[in-house]
Amino acid sequence: MTTLSRREVLTGGAALAAISIEPLIAQQTDGPKTPSPRDVPLHLTVNGKHHELYIDVRLTVLDALREHLHLTGTKKGCDQGQCGACTIHISGQRVLSCLTLAVCAQDKSIETIEGLAGKGQALHPMQQAFIDQDGLQCGYCTPGQIMSAIACVKEGHAKTDSEIQEYMSGNLCRCAAYPKIVAAIKQARGKMEGG
Amino acid sequence: MRSFVFERAADLPQAVKLGAGTRQGQTDAPAQFLAGGTTLIDLMKLEVLTPQRVVHLQSPGAPWSAIEVSPNGARLGAFAKMSTVADDARVLAQYPVIAQSLQLAASAQIRNMATLGGNVLQRTRCPYYRDPSWSACNKRVPGSGCAAIHGFNRNHAILGVDENCISQYPGDFAIALIALDARVELMGAEGTRLIPFASLHTGVQSQPHIETTLKPGEIIIAFHVPAGAWTRRSLYLKVRDRASYEFAIASAAVALSIEGEEVREARIGLGGMAYRPWRSQEAENILIGNPLTESSAAAAAAAALKSAIGHGHNDYKPELARRTIVRALLEAKALQLSSGAS
Ligand SMILES: Cc1cc2nc3c(=O)[nH]c(=O)nc-3n(C[C@H](O)[C@H](O)[C@H](O)COP(=O)(O)OP(=O)(O)OC[C@H]3O[C@@H](n4cnc5c(N)ncnc54)[C@H](O)[C@@H]3O)c2cc1C
Ligand code: FES
Ligand code: FES
Repeated sequence: MTTLSRREVLTGGAALAAISIEPLIAQQTDGPKTPSPRDVPLHLTVNGKHHELYIDVRLTVLDALREHLHLTGTKKGCDQGQCGACTIHISGQRVLSCLTLAVCAQDKSIETIEGLAGKGQALHPMQQAFIDQDGLQCGYCTPGQIMSAIACVKEGHAKTDSEIQEYMSGNLCRCAAYPKIVAAIKQARGKMEGG
Repeated sequence: MRSFVFERAADLPQAVKLGAGTRQGQTDAPAQFLAGGTTLIDLMKLEVLTPQRVVHLQSPGAPWSAIEVSPNGARLGAFAKMSTVADDARVLAQYPVIAQSLQLAASAQIRNMATLGGNVLQRTRCPYYRDPSWSACNKRVPGSGCAAIHGFNRNHAILGVDENCISQYPGDFAIALIALDARVELMGAEGTRLIPFASLHTGVQSQPHIETTLKPGEIIIAFHVPAGAWTRRSLYLKVRDRASYEFAIASAAVALSIEGEEVREARIGLGGMAYRPWRSQEAENILIGNPLTESSAAAAAAAALKSAIGHGHNDYKPELARRTIVRALLEAKALQLSSGAS
C-alpha cells in the first residue's frame, strides 16, 4: 500500500481518497491479512463517502474508523461507553462508536469530526467556538465534545447552562475544561440557530 | 472479545428461532440478542458474556418502537430508544416518573442507542461480576462463591440478597415500571404472552446466574402501563455519587393519588438498593388511607427497609434509602398539578 505519513493519517490527506476506492483487505497498516471465516464484507458510508471493507465481525465502528479508514479524529478513551471521546453521529444522532459494531452501522450515514468542514472551508460554528472560547486543554476529548455539542444544540437540549451541563455529561474532560465548553456551546448555539 | 456468528433476523419470528440458544433467563448463554448493544457489547469486550451467536434485532419496524398513550394506559414498544421516550410529551405529562427514570439514566449518547427492552435486561455493575479475573462470582460462574460479600461492596444491594449474591440491579426505568404495575408483552416460539413486569426478574433463589423468567428465544416486544389516578402525581428521585451520568446509590419511584388530605393510592418502587427491581407494598400500605406527613412518610420508609442487610461498606444504605423515600414522597405530595389534579 502507499505509505502514509503520520501527518497524512492525522489530517486525512490525499492518501485517503485512494484507500476508499478499493477493498481494504490488502491495505491495512497492520500488514497483509489472512481472511478468516469470521470476516464479513461490509460497506460503510462515512462523511458522505462509501467504503467497502472486509472485516472481523467483532470490529466496532470506532476501530473501523481509526484502524481501517484512518480517520483518527475520533478518539478512543475508555472503549467501554464511559467517557464519550468516541462520540460520532449515526443517522444524525450522537452515539458511542466504541459500543457500536461496524456490521450494525451498514446502510446508515456516519458522520465524524473530519466531516464537519472540508479542506479550506470555514470551520463548523461549533469548532470555531471551541477555538474562540478556549474550550480545550490537551484536546483529547475535543472531537467527542464537538460532535456531542452539535447534537445537543440540534436536539434542543442546550437552552440553559444547567441543561447544557446535564446533556453534555456523557463527555468527560480530564483537563476539566467544562466552563469553557459550556461557553463554546452557547456561542455556537446562536450561530447554529441562525443568530 | 470472543468470536461469534453474527445473524440478522429479517423479522421478529425469525429472531425468535435464531435466538433459541438464549436459554431460560440465563445471564450468559450461547445466543444473545443485540439491540442497542450498550450492555451486550460492553460485557462481550470484558468477556463476561461469551455468546457463540449474536442475533441483531434490527429496528424491526414501527409497531415495535411506537409509543401509544390512551385513556387506558400507555404501550411502550420495546425497541423505542430511551431518549425518544424520555422526551415524549405525553409520557412526560401522564407518566412523569417513567420519563424521569429514563432521562436521569446514562448519557445522551447511550440513551440514543439503548432500547427499552435492552434496558430492563441490563446486568449488574458489581465489579466482581464485570471482571472475569475474579474467580468467585456465582452470577458469572455458578457455584464459585461471592467475592463481594467480604469484599468491596459499597454499592451492593441491601434488599433481596442472600449468601449467594449481593449484587444490585442497576437500572432506573424498571423501578418506574414495577411501581406502576406494568406488564410485559413477549413474543416466543409459542406466540405472544403478557406477564406482570414484577415477574420478569427472578430473586437470588440460590441461582444468581438465572436472572429472568424469559423462555429460550423469547423477545420483549412492549411494556404496558395501566392508567390510574396516581400516574400524574409521580416522580423519580435518584441519588448518586455525582450529579449526572452515574448509577443510583438509592432511588425511589413514587406515584400518589391524594384526595383532600387522604392518600388513596400509593406506589413505591426502589432502585439502587435491591437485588432485583423492587416494589414496597409494606410502605404503600402504611400510607394508604392516611394523610401524608413527614412522620407517615418516615414510617413507610422504615417499613420498606425493614428487611435490609448490610455487608460493611454499604451499611450507610438503609439510612440513605429511608431519607430518599421520605423526600420523594414529600416532593410528590407538593407537586402542583394542572386541571383535574388528584
Ligand atoms: C457508562 C454507562 C452508564 C449507564 N448508566 C445507566 C444509568 O444511570 N441508569 C440505567 O438505567 N442504565 C444505565 N446504563 C445501562 C444502559 O441503560 C443499558 O446498557 C441499556 O439500556 C441497554 O439497552 P440496549 O438496547 O443497549 O441493550 P443491549 O445491550 O443490546 O442488550 C442487553 C441485553 O438484553 C437482551 N435484549 C435486548 N433487547 C431485547 C429484547 N427486546 N428482548 C429480549 N432480550 C433483549 C440482550 O440479549 C442483552 O442480553 C449505563 C450504561 C453505560 C455503558
Ligand atoms: S471510548 Fe467510547 S465512550 Fe470512551
Ligand atoms: S481537553 Fe484534555 S481531556 Fe478535555
